[in-house]
Amino acid sequence: MRNMNAPKLGVILLMAPLMIWLFALIILPHVDMFLLSISEKIAPRVYETGFANYGEFFAEPLYWNTFARTAIMSIFTTIVTLVIAFPVSYYIAKMLRGRMKAILFVLCLLPFWVSELVRTFGWMILLRETGIVSTFLQWAGLADQPIEMLYTDATIVVGLVYTSMLFMVVPLVTTLESLDDSYIEAGYDLGGNGFTVMREIVIPHAMPGIVSGCIVVFMLSLGNYLTPILLGGKESLWFTEQIYAQFITRFNWEQGAAFGFLLLILSSLIVWGGLKLSRQTLSETMG
Amino acid sequence: MPSSPHASDFDLECHKITKRFGDFTAVNDISFSIPKGSFFSILGPSGCGKTTLLRMMAGFLEPDSGDLRIKGKSMVGVPPNKRPVNMVFQHLALFPMMTVEENIAYGLKRQGTPKADIPAKVKSALERINLPDAGPKRIDQLSGGQKQRIAIARCLVLNPDVLLLDEPLGALDLKLREHMKVELKQLQHKFDTTFVYITHDQSEALVMSDQVAVMNQGIFEQVGTPQDLYYKPQTAFVAGFVGDTNRWSGSIKGMSGNEVQIETKDGLKLVATAAGQNLATGQSVDIFVRPESVVISRKSDALVGIENTIQGNVESVLFDGANSRVLVRDPSSGDKIMVTLPQTGEFNDLQAGQELHLGWRLAQAKCFDKLSMSAEQLADMS
Repeated sequence: MRNMNAPKLGVILLMAPLMIWLFALIILPHVDMFLLSISEKIAPRVYETGFANYGEFFAEPLYWNTFARTAIMSIFTTIVTLVIAFPVSYYIAKMLRGRMKAILFVLCLLPFWVSELVRTFGWMILLRETGIVSTFLQWAGLADQPIEMLYTDATIVVGLVYTSMLFMVVPLVTTLESLDDSYIEAGYDLGGNGFTVMREIVIPHAMPGIVSGCIVVFMLSLGNYLTPILLGGKESLWFTEQIYAQFITRFNWEQGAAFGFLLLILSSLIVWGGLKLSRQTLSETMG
Repeated sequence: MPSSPHASDFDLECHKITKRFGDFTAVNDISFSIPKGSFFSILGPSGCGKTTLLRMMAGFLEPDSGDLRIKGKSMVGVPPNKRPVNMVFQHLALFPMMTVEENIAYGLKRQGTPKADIPAKVKSALERINLPDAGPKRIDQLSGGQKQRIAIARCLVLNPDVLLLDEPLGALDLKLREHMKVELKQLQHKFDTTFVYITHDQSEALVMSDQVAVMNQGIFEQVGTPQDLYYKPQTAFVAGFVGDTNRWSGSIKGMSGNEVQIETKDGLKLVATAAGQNLATGQSVDIFVRPESVVISRKSDALVGIENTIQGNVESVLFDGANSRVLVRDPSSGDKIMVTLPQTGEFNDLQAGQELHLGWRLAQAKCFDKLSMSAEQLADMS
């Protein structure tokens, strides 16, 4: 009897931290958040259960427009990140050997040892009206007055791409490294050129890495608060900003909770759509 | 590819090819020609440069000097995708993201074969390798032997002038390997393509090839038919590397014509046929005798007239059916001699410790100038 129970207790003890983590920090707050989101404020301190907070999102164009804008810009950020990260990852994984490979990989990691806030301020120092880029352009005679490069959509995308780069490079390098060189050689040997080998062999092999990198980058961009606010300014209209405003500025926790849930549901739908489009499954991608 | 009336009789010719990696010379001034439609093997221990040579033929490496011609056309500077050769990789490199059909069609598409013709060509290739239904399968659903055949079909469907094979049987288990040896030879006949096969397994090379080149330290030691290599080795390396053999080291005491008298350091006197070049009295030499050339007897008078005789005790009997051998220890020198057991039944009751008389003829003992490697090093290689 004791022999039967002993390993079970071990399993329970080993699982306990994970379970406590999941329950206390993820499930419990979300359950509370959900309950909060379905409470309608009828009068001061009077609440009723209902989905009016969700209805508000669809009724007020500002809200869903903001969400659509956030989603589209996040998708765009993801694509730009992929386009930049793929050649970099291919170079690190397939072209380099030994020391140089490790050095380049660490160089990709290095910026992430600094906090996101500091990195974003770095961009502000570069791009503001009296910043380094603007001053340089005036000095070089390419501009006759100070240029404000902050607070535009392009700046937000630049900041987000920079912030997300690592999360695309790591899965890509990992999957590309697992591609044996002989597949690439066989691709050439059987008559393929650089383009066809890339399209027929390298990209299909790297697909799980591409998809998992894209999911992570998309989710991080969509849920990012700091970068859009700092680089996009007050007009940045990022959806997380709406949630923040409901919770903190307007003290409407019920509405904020509903927005939080909508963000979760809608972004999950977009990821699901992306997986369907690329014909990948979540288990393949993450496993 | 239409062949011009002046097309060379050789599918592949190498002329003074050299490849260095830093200070290391992997392939050193090798020249050879491979006749049309033959099965040519390059046999050598790992690190002898055979893979480098093959990769130069495929176009993944460029020679530092020398010329490489396929059907008379120089291939120097031609990238791998423009060469009329295809390669079967060591681990086959079948594309796992494609089905069997797509794998075979890959090269055809790259060649610009009209889309409508591809399915028929793929089908006929699959039929020729006896896997007509494998088309829609995924690569991981195939057995080891099926993968082999698909990898070969994927190349042969392109009608290459030369098919290069980089030890493709290495990953298979023993039984399948024996089977595939025969099958590869048959496929080569069926497709009538020149095969260049590299291996470190002498049995693969001997069974399948029309011609074998034995390679060591960047050079070809000997090129010849499997029979030539086995019965008429030209260097000590070939004698030691190809087939099993007994080896004695000693120095030359006297020579008369082709006959060489040798004394080993233990004082054993042997006679052998001079097979190496530039042998002279006093020189250090190696003698090689095949296990199947040694005659054994329980009585010494049965060996009268045989030039070399030794008396010894059975150390152990290595029973392996028809390939059974006996290890005999010479008590005076401590040498161990491997002898193939005759299958006459006479020695079926042989026991360790029994006394035996061994003898071998002058013609069966081959004398070469001393090999720089020890017997153990040689054994490790083969």
